[in-house]
Amino acid sequence: MSSLPFPAGPVIAHRGRAIPLVGADIDTDRIIPARFLKCVTFEGLAEGAFADDRTELAGAHPFDRDEHRGASVLVVNSNFGCGSSREHAPQALMRWGIRAVIGESFAEIFFGNCLALGIPCLTADPVHVAELQQAIAADPGAELYLDLEALAVELESEFVGANRWPVQLAPGPQRMLVSGQWDGTSQLVAHDSELTATAARLPYLNGFALV
Amino acid sequence: MSAGTLYDKVWDLHRVAELPGGATQLFIGLHLIHEVTSPQAFAALRDLGLSVRHPERTVATVDHIVPTTSQARPFADPLAEEMLATLEANCAAHGIVLHGLGSGRQGIVHVIAPELGLTQPGMTVACGDSHTSTHGAFGAIAFGIGTSQVRDVLASQSLAMNKLKVRRLWVEGRLQPGVYAKDLVLHIIRVLGVRGGVGYAYEFAGPAIEALSMEERMTLCNMAIEGGARCGYVNPDATTFAYLRGRPFAPSGDDWERAVAWWSSLASGADAVFDDEVRFDAAAIAPTVTWGITPGQGIGVDEAVPTPEQLDPEERPIAEEAYRYMDLVPGAPIAGLPVDVCFIGSCTNGRLSDLRAAAAIARGRQVAPGVRAFVVPGSEQVAAEAEAEGLDAVFRQAGFEWREPGCSMCLAMNPDRLEGRQISASSSNRNFKGRQGSSTGRTLLMSPAMVAAAAVRGAVTDVRTLSPTEVPAPALR
Repeated sequence: MSSLPFPAGPVIAHRGRAIPLVGADIDTDRIIPARFLKCVTFEGLAEGAFADDRTELAGAHPFDRDEHRGASVLVVNSNFGCGSSREHAPQALMRWGIRAVIGESFAEIFFGNCLALGIPCLTADPVHVAELQQAIAADPGAELYLDLEALAVELESEFVGANRWPVQLAPGPQRMLVSGQWDGTSQLVAHDSELTATAARLPYLNGFALV
Repeated sequence: MSAGTLYDKVWDLHRVAELPGGATQLFIGLHLIHEVTSPQAFAALRDLGLSVRHPERTVATVDHIVPTTSQARPFADPLAEEMLATLEANCAAHGIVLHGLGSGRQGIVHVIAPELGLTQPGMTVACGDSHTSTHGAFGAIAFGIGTSQVRDVLASQSLAMNKLKVRRLWVEGRLQPGVYAKDLVLHIIRVLGVRGGVGYAYEFAGPAIEALSMEERMTLCNMAIEGGARCGYVNPDATTFAYLRGRPFAPSGDDWERAVAWWSSLASGADAVFDDEVRFDAAAIAPTVTWGITPGQGIGVDEAVPTPEQLDPEERPIAEEAYRYMDLVPGAPIAGLPVDVCFIGSCTNGRLSDLRAAAAIARGRQVAPGVRAFVVPGSEQVAAEAEAEGLDAVFRQAGFEWREPGCSMCLAMNPDRLEGRQISASSSNRNFKGRQGSSTGRTLLMSPAMVAAAAVRGAVTDVRTLSPTEVPAPALR
């Protein structure tokens, strides 16, 4: 688990070691089993991250391996974060120390929950993801440099050499992260008159009289 | 890009503003909250010094953590008690109606909002629960959100959203006897995959969909998310209106006719443009059972567990994981697989028609030796209606337990759970590893009638081989 500060302000780049987590359709029940959701704060969630998968693998899970201790980037495969909408999943990963996720694809609700915490979920070509996972496995001590403006990830390794792969992020989330406007509550609340006007034109809030 | 669909019309009506990041600020017409995903949102609201903008458009209930044996307070589990107490305090502080235990209106959030008439066509509906897609059955745009977004809806009654593409799933023909909406949706996910719907809203349409009851449509839309589609919907029609009429929060008096006129205008028009369309034949679908660890790993009850060679190469790694976890041999028939636990309930299949279908199989039969079977009504109202019909007695006489309403063994946040390597036949929605509370427990998803058939035979059974028995007509007692 990491002592990195939680994301705040612009998220333009990130440097850190990475954890390859291989497998498709890793759902949020696996990221944080439901018993850990019995709480009224998110504070203690780090210990629950992948709890059952880690028990099943008896110390061999990437989150339990010494070489990945302190890593802050997760490299995953397709449809990561599918299933339950529980924000406890990205909260558990964030409190574990994860600050960015790179993968083939993400479930939509998980992607949005991460964005709301300032954690970028970047997609990459499956071939590139596999290369990245293999390179990290070969040199777990190597650092990744993730550039959200250039949309590229670089691996800096003495053993497997340097390499650079393109990553993708839709322009909207990219702007929100790079500008630091990913925490949007204040923007939403600021549109007071627009909210009032919208409510005033909805038939079901006005006796269906506006048809 | 889609045009003229219900999704487009409802989206346009609820647009508040375009946001700097490129997202749309979307007004939320109905915000449903519960004890699991709201406490941190209320805490964040307090930290920001904000209030709830539309408490009258926010409705609460308690469902995930409630025990289904005794619901006496305080709960035996202090964490569960703390979560409900926190919800009660937050609702009281912000003037939000909470349909609590014993109110006659408590139940699974996706069961009570429709049955109270809160969910209506043309609304946007959000809730911190992925199965919010259920409400799309009414022609609403309904989707699950995370806790940060719950905070945003509490504060502003709106969300930053990106518009989805729309895929029409056109279903011809009719479902055959013994085949239910659950089988239809498991079949759709089997064909399109658990990632197939990412980026899409699913419009369910065609003769087979029009023939479905509202409760069947809810089952269908409930599991859109299991196919990757954050929201799924059915165009509102006479079936929708007949269901809503007379419900506590449905329009009444002069409002009713105006409401029906507006609702009717929302349906996707003949000239609607979809981003994609896929066609299905309802008559070709068999009772469907999942064999693996994702809802997409389903097969007809008369089929065998697929071999790796029968699967797309990209599906093989997760199939291999599923064979190991489920302890199943590729090529083995699914029918006849012994089960330990049978669970009928959940936001997918915990409504009155679900219990009637299961009771029709259970009536006059006995739960097989060694099998634990229980029925959990989706709400207090479902429980009352089922008891008025004598369904509770049918189930009890057959050896099922009859429980109090809640989410129960769909997910392990209450005392109902699998133990060790137990294998369940379950009418719920997720067969993920560990989902039902044991990190090695195994889940077979199927319709309520199929769960009842598995309970009385002690093994996965084609419900079409058991003749249903008539259930007494409603309200004769």
